Amino acid sequence: MIEYFVYSASSFAGEIDDLFFVITLIIGFWFFLTFGALVYFIFKFRRKDGVKAQYITGEKHSETKWTHYPHFAVIAMDVVIIAVNILVWVNIKQTLPPRDNLVRVIGQQWSWSFIHAGPDGELDTADDVATVNDLHLKIGDTYHFELQSRDVLHNFAVPAFRLRQDAVPGRTISGWFKPTKIGTYDLQCAEMCGYGHGIMGAAVTVHSEESYNTTMAQIQNGTYESHYQKRMGTKTPLPSYTSQVDDEDSFAVLLASIF
Amino acid sequence: MSMHGPIATHRSATGVPTGRLAVWWLMASEIFIFGGLIACFVLFKLNGTPGFEDASLTSLTAGAVNTFVLLTSSLTVVLAHAAIEKGDREKSFLYIWYTIGGGFVFLGVKAYEYTGKIINGHIITENLFWSFYYTMTGLHALHVIGGMVIMALISFDIRKGHNYQRVELIGIYWHFVDLIWIFLFPLLYIANF
Amino acid sequence: MSQAATAVQTDTNAEHHEELSFLYKYILPTDHKIIAMQYIFTGMIMAVIGGYFAYAFRMQLAFPGELVPLYGLVGPGEYNMLVTNHGTIMIFWVAMPVLIAGFGNYIIPLMIGCDDMVFPRLNRLSYQIFLASTLVLILSFFVKGGGFGGAWTAYPPLSSVAEYSLTDWGASLWVLAVALEFVSFLLGGINFVTTTMNARAPGMKMMDIPIAVWFIVLAVILFMASVGPLIAGAVMLFMDQRIGTSFFLPSGGGDPLLWQHLFWFFGHPEVYVVLLPTLGIVADIITVFSRKKLFGYKTVLYTAFATGGLSFVVWAHHQFIAGIDPRMANVFVVTTVLISIPLAEMMFSYIATLYGGSIELKTPMLWALSFIAAFLIGGVTGIYLGASALDVYFHDSYFVLAHFHYTFFPITIIGMFAAITFWFPKMFGRMMNDTLGKIHFWGTFIPFNCIFLPLFFLGLAGQHRRIYNYNHFPDLATQELQNIRIFATVSLIVMLCFQLVFIYNFFVSMFKGKKAPDNPWNANTLEWSTPSPPPHGNFKTLPTVYRGAYEYSVPGREMDYWPQNEPPEES
Repeated sequence: MIEYFVYSASSFAGEIDDLFFVITLIIGFWFFLTFGALVYFIFKFRRKDGVKAQYITGEKHSETKWTHYPHFAVIAMDVVIIAVNILVWVNIKQTLPPRDNLVRVIGQQWSWSFIHAGPDGELDTADDVATVNDLHLKIGDTYHFELQSRDVLHNFAVPAFRLRQDAVPGRTISGWFKPTKIGTYDLQCAEMCGYGHGIMGAAVTVHSEESYNTTMAQIQNGTYESHYQKRMGTKTPLPSYTSQVDDEDSFAVLLASIF
Repeated sequence: MSMHGPIATHRSATGVPTGRLAVWWLMASEIFIFGGLIACFVLFKLNGTPGFEDASLTSLTAGAVNTFVLLTSSLTVVLAHAAIEKGDREKSFLYIWYTIGGGFVFLGVKAYEYTGKIINGHIITENLFWSFYYTMTGLHALHVIGGMVIMALISFDIRKGHNYQRVELIGIYWHFVDLIWIFLFPLLYIANF
Repeated sequence: MSQAATAVQTDTNAEHHEELSFLYKYILPTDHKIIAMQYIFTGMIMAVIGGYFAYAFRMQLAFPGELVPLYGLVGPGEYNMLVTNHGTIMIFWVAMPVLIAGFGNYIIPLMIGCDDMVFPRLNRLSYQIFLASTLVLILSFFVKGGGFGGAWTAYPPLSSVAEYSLTDWGASLWVLAVALEFVSFLLGGINFVTTTMNARAPGMKMMDIPIAVWFIVLAVILFMASVGPLIAGAVMLFMDQRIGTSFFLPSGGGDPLLWQHLFWFFGHPEVYVVLLPTLGIVADIITVFSRKKLFGYKTVLYTAFATGGLSFVVWAHHQFIAGIDPRMANVFVVTTVLISIPLAEMMFSYIATLYGGSIELKTPMLWALSFIAAFLIGGVTGIYLGASALDVYFHDSYFVLAHFHYTFFPITIIGMFAAITFWFPKMFGRMMNDTLGKIHFWGTFIPFNCIFLPLFFLGLAGQHRRIYNYNHFPDLATQELQNIRIFATVSLIVMLCFQLVFIYNFFVSMFKGKKAPDNPWNANTLEWSTPSPPPHGNFKTLPTVYRGAYEYSVPGREMDYWPQNEPPEES
């Protein structure tokens, strides 16, 4: 159901969509059953002259079974939900599959910095490729990310990958994803991070191997045109009413440092 | 306003006096507040946060003296309650003021301690241990001061012959203040676990 | 106060409630009914402010960058401030004061048959602290830098460092206001619990207490047990802001996640703190208007105990992806999903109460039934979010937002209207207009669904929260999604317009409505056995209780109700 609204571009996107579907089936059943009973009772037992309501205490077994049996069924369905969920969760967040590539993601007010590991697959070496607001990925590679924050909490969120993870200052949080579909997607900051939270986006581009290598080379020799800015250029320009801020100077400086 | 308060105040469906229930309730909510602080402190300590070794810099003697003073004042407040149960207002009044005196000694030692620490540069922002030290002991001292003020008010009230039950209530509160100190003392003065 | 300890009064002696001067009756009251009105009116004024904020930011979302009529331009800073304070106000200054403090104050002494709260002056003090907190919050909107904009969860370091939030005093006053509000409700809670425990009418056993009273008391206990650590946290946050400690700053050895634990350890029980009073009020209303005994009184009560207990061990489901150990998440998934068990049982019992009834769809009943319907949606969508793996996608998305509005809107707004329309005759001695009430009901309930159902789909599309303008996110800036946003905004405006019907009905009925009899709904509970409105001192003769609160349609009786205070017939 989710894939109807947004691309499904990572290896575990499908699992999450399936989990959503399973839960929808289960709770949909319960919702319509309960809601149906509610509506049916409202119409069936409307006040009629001369008809007195029944006296039911709901304490005899013959009566309580009507709430207890569904209740046991709810427990059974809960177990199913928990089990399916834990399978998916363990795969996504609790285990790290062997990596093909590595990227460091750094959030700060209000932009994203990415350090791609480069050909050697290790960070903090000479061939690292640093970009701002532009993440470039090779299709089919299993990526590990190291998520950091320079100031407040941020959230590294890529809806097309079904991925969200908070960035916490003072910690490095690891995780993984594996892009499976070529294209450019939104990266959002999904944790309130202050004045510029609403503009803290970035572009995630999943490349074929060839295009990835070209782009990396372009970045290194300075001929690269930012995908993020290209993408933003086709949309409404940034609003011009930043003068509304009391603290105008510091914000203008910060904004200038981002773009 | 009527002189007698509503009838509701004088009912006792559970058999426990309402005043006592109310003070227990107050104590429970205070325990959750201090409990939250203490839990945070312990979590940081167990995490090995730097700065917590400064616990060895606090004055064990001053802490021990204060523990002794508070425990003694708890005894006098019990004696005040015992006296008022027998209807001896004057004696109860006296014991309440012994307790308040204990409070003053406690605060005096506390002030001495704070001064020494601040002179040596251990101010609240130095590190997390000192932040906790001043927050927890400060909050506790506020409770001591509050208790002393209320006790003074009650002491004059009972001398006029009103509200004897309040001696017991402030007694419960004072024991609680004592109890919090019993937790703070080992955490801030002794512990190097 | 100086009540002599020896003063023993009989329960029939209530003459000492003489008439009071205007000052003591309305400005410095100790009468629980007037204090209740103060809470309810303050809450309703705050609801207007909260609704106005919602209007302003929804307009910005639908028509980004345009001037919002009656507000002006909503820039990023204003937007953050509006959403933050909308949330804060609606939970702490509307749901809490109206449902718990307001109706709790009004109905507890009346329903348990005594003349006032046991500590009337403490009750007054509690309101005064609450009023102070309200003023501090309103003041925080006008200080330099504007109101606090770091979301109602106030995660540090954003909330604790002025350079990050750009709202130096706004953030501090916000923390101060919230802490004051907590203290006010802790003090108020003393009265609620001790009154219910000790001041019950003679003959009223624990299992004769109406569910509404039970649930309010449970809510107060949950609140007391959960808020303590957060008060400690608020003190720490305030010191981080103003003194420069670093409890929550990693650079000084602190931990930002600590605040999240403290906040959600309170924050999740808080959901049940506001939920329980509404559930109790709804239980009372559906029994009255279906003329039925509550299905499984004890079951309902025990499920509430279970829910309350479980609510203390689920808090980390708000933090699945906040950087906590992923293994821990599994534990919290289990506890979270377990909550569905008692709550489902309770909902089944409520619906079973309708079975075999004689349902009359008066306005309060419509509100109560719509609460069940809407809360069902809120409840089942919670299962999605309790599943940690789905939370990876839904965290801080509009799906979350739609889910908790489907719980909080029924709890706060629907519950408030249910309670007001039900007890209005008792409070003001006049009936509300039922036709206008129904118009208002449909004009609120239908647009409510039109606002929040579409937001689930925005959440599915990956739209994240607290963004003032989605044009910066190309995947979200499509025309289809924008149409959904516009639809939700228009629905909101329609709903707000229909509130005028309520305001008109409320004030006109208060002065010109049909005179209400003592017991207009033929209900059993004690508040209906006294004149409408009850005099100072509540009852002419303090009642004695002979039976439970829900003896409707008892076989062999001519009348289909049996007031709790009616002596059994001599046989």
